Amino acid sequence: MATETLTMGKALNLGLRRAMEDDAKVVLLGEDIGRLGGVFRITDGLQKDFGEARVVDTPLAEAGIVGTAVGLAMRGYRAVCEIQFDGFVFPAVNQIITQVAKISARTQGRQHMPVVIRIPFGGGIGAVEHHSESPEAYFAHTPGLKVVAVSNPVDAYWGIQQAIASPDPVVFLEPKRRYWEKAEVDLDATPEPLFGSRVVRGGDDVTVLAYGPMVKTALQAAEAAAEEGRSLEVIDLRTLAPLDLDPVVESVRRTGRCVVVHEAPVSLGLGAEIAARVTETCFHSLEAPVLRVGGWDVPYPPARIEEEYLPDLDRVLDAVDRAMGF
Amino acid sequence: MSTVPPEVADPVPGSGAPHLPPQPDLVQLLTPEGQRVEDPTYSIDLGADELRGLYRDLVLVRRWDVEATALQRQGELGLWASLLGQEAAQVGAGHALRPDDMAFPTYREHGVAWVRGVDPLHVMSLFRGVDNGGWDAAATGFNLYTIVIGAQTLHATGYAMGVQRDGAESAVLAFLGDGATSQGEVNEAMIWASSFQAPVVFFCQNNQYAISAPIERQSRVPLFQRASGFGFPGVRVDGNDVLAVLAVTRAALAAAREGQGPTFIEAFTYRMGAHTTSDDPTRYRLADELEEWKLRDPIARLKVHLAHEGLADAAFFAEVDAEGDELAARIRSGTTSMEPPPAVSMFDAVYAEQTAPLAAQRAEFEAYQQSFEGAGH
Ligand SMILES: Cc1ncc(C[n+]2csc(CCOP(=O)(O)OP(=O)(O)O)c2C)c(N)n1
Ligand SMILES: [Mg+2]
Repeated sequence: MATETLTMGKALNLGLRRAMEDDAKVVLLGEDIGRLGGVFRITDGLQKDFGEARVVDTPLAEAGIVGTAVGLAMRGYRAVCEIQFDGFVFPAVNQIITQVAKISARTQGRQHMPVVIRIPFGGGIGAVEHHSESPEAYFAHTPGLKVVAVSNPVDAYWGIQQAIASPDPVVFLEPKRRYWEKAEVDLDATPEPLFGSRVVRGGDDVTVLAYGPMVKTALQAAEAAAEEGRSLEVIDLRTLAPLDLDPVVESVRRTGRCVVVHEAPVSLGLGAEIAARVTETCFHSLEAPVLRVGGWDVPYPPARIEEEYLPDLDRVLDAVDRAMGF
Repeated sequence: MSTVPPEVADPVPGSGAPHLPPQPDLVQLLTPEGQRVEDPTYSIDLGADELRGLYRDLVLVRRWDVEATALQRQGELGLWASLLGQEAAQVGAGHALRPDDMAFPTYREHGVAWVRGVDPLHVMSLFRGVDNGGWDAAATGFNLYTIVIGAQTLHATGYAMGVQRDGAESAVLAFLGDGATSQGEVNEAMIWASSFQAPVVFFCQNNQYAISAPIERQSRVPLFQRASGFGFPGVRVDGNDVLAVLAVTRAALAAAREGQGPTFIEAFTYRMGAHTTSDDPTRYRLADELEEWKLRDPIARLKVHLAHEGLADAAFFAEVDAEGDELAARIRSGTTSMEPPPAVSMFDAVYAEQTAPLAAQRAEFEAYQQSFEGAGH
């Protein structure tokens, strides 16, 4: 019925709005999220409609944002924290790792932690230092946290609502450079489960895995490869913790080749875990080692050379070539 | 004594209500009308040359700032964080430093950079996305910019602890914003500085906003009063009065050098522009406020004073303006002709001693880049 063409930013905004309408316990916390609507305008208009008690312009203190979210959760609220940029989550990492992640286990499940930590992440927007980081592996490496990375407006709209409804803490990664990309969103559809990966383009030769900002890049690579007669299957991982590798295993058993793409540095990134698991489960089907395409193992470089740091269509195709060459 | 001042007793966040009016304990030596006044504690006695020099710096850094904003609009910079309105706070603080003192800036202290002799092009290169600041921190006594709010206050404190151990007679000036005072790390810095009586001065430019968040969101008491809770003096100075800023900061740095420990200076000022070129302040503040602060302009008052006292004539003012235009032209041409570094340089200074895996990755990167040369992938 109600299908709208939405940018990812607007889809998140509507998703947050709907979550707030559905549950009066949902509270948003973040720097500049009220009057300004957030630096990316993801919370635009929400303070006006839901008031200052539910959309809180916080002091400039990320440990405070996440730490008070824990307390609010203990009091029955569902706090949704906005971290302004990926590089500014680190003052809150103590709270996230030592508190948020462990509270369920240390209370033997008596206290759940329905806290959502939204982080615009990744590069490609020509920003200054600390505005282009990909910190997902730190969180995915932390037992007790669930980590989601959306790639498109549909998942953004539903995913944020599902993350808020989740009884577990969710680090919700939003690829900032895709905030303005549009898609049709059916606001009445039955959403796919939050913690599952999905084949977004079928193919036979190589399985390409991506999430967040790199899904589009992977799809572009598949398009280009098709012109050269090569068929790539692209899987949007969507959830990084827990990983849903069933569709991946099914795919790799068919293609025998797998390339993982992310913006984060390759060493000890998500790709390393995925390569290990795919190797363990698909060893006899593999025609080539699982290859990784990612950022180089250097601090995120200045904006004028970030294009050489970020994986792009060519680097994905290069890995595909290498996988085919085995 | 714990009473909240009436003007902040019931702040309505983001209501657009006028901000804190200057407090009675605001140190001022030059009124907005350009009149020299005395303060019971702080005094300054500058000659005509020095006063003209301050004026010149104020005008030049503003001219630089205007040019940088224009360059960002024209796509030559990725971003610019304007200092408009904060010139006196920065130029005054910069001049209070001695050559062997060290400053730890945020990302907005272009005025201090200027006074420390940092080439503006080294600041422009950061905002152009060419590097993270190209100046030599040790040589200029001006550390690189820090974007992560508050982190530098701990560095300044640690540096000051080093100064202390060296028995050196120098001091450290840590810059921070009003918003930064809410960060845990800033509070830790003040505790450390106090506990060890480190020779560090916290120079907080209260420009009334942290992006959209008005000062009332960070503090219900005037910021300078916080210092007493940490165990050192706090003072609020008219941040648009370059003379008062200079006098107060000099005194605080002198006390630090003499082993009297830290001081917190709240330079009461106003961010006349947007937070950065990415920001739209019309969404969260009223134009009235801006108009009110225009009357307290830091440059106009010194100009009036100089003219009125016969310390400078029309020719001098014209000369400074012309110098500003020359500076702007140099900044413009230097910025627009600035090339990005070779991409491979991203591998080169990650460690003091290059590692084998990174060297291998560097080689892989170069080979990959070369595969495009003439190849037509
Ligand atoms: C740890 C951290 N959180 C958030 C940000 C994003 N941010 C950049 S500037 C700013 C406001 C800073 O306000 P203030 O300290 O008053 O300094 P001003 O910008 O007014 O000079 C914010 C929230 C950041 N840079 N670092
Ligand atoms: Mg401020």
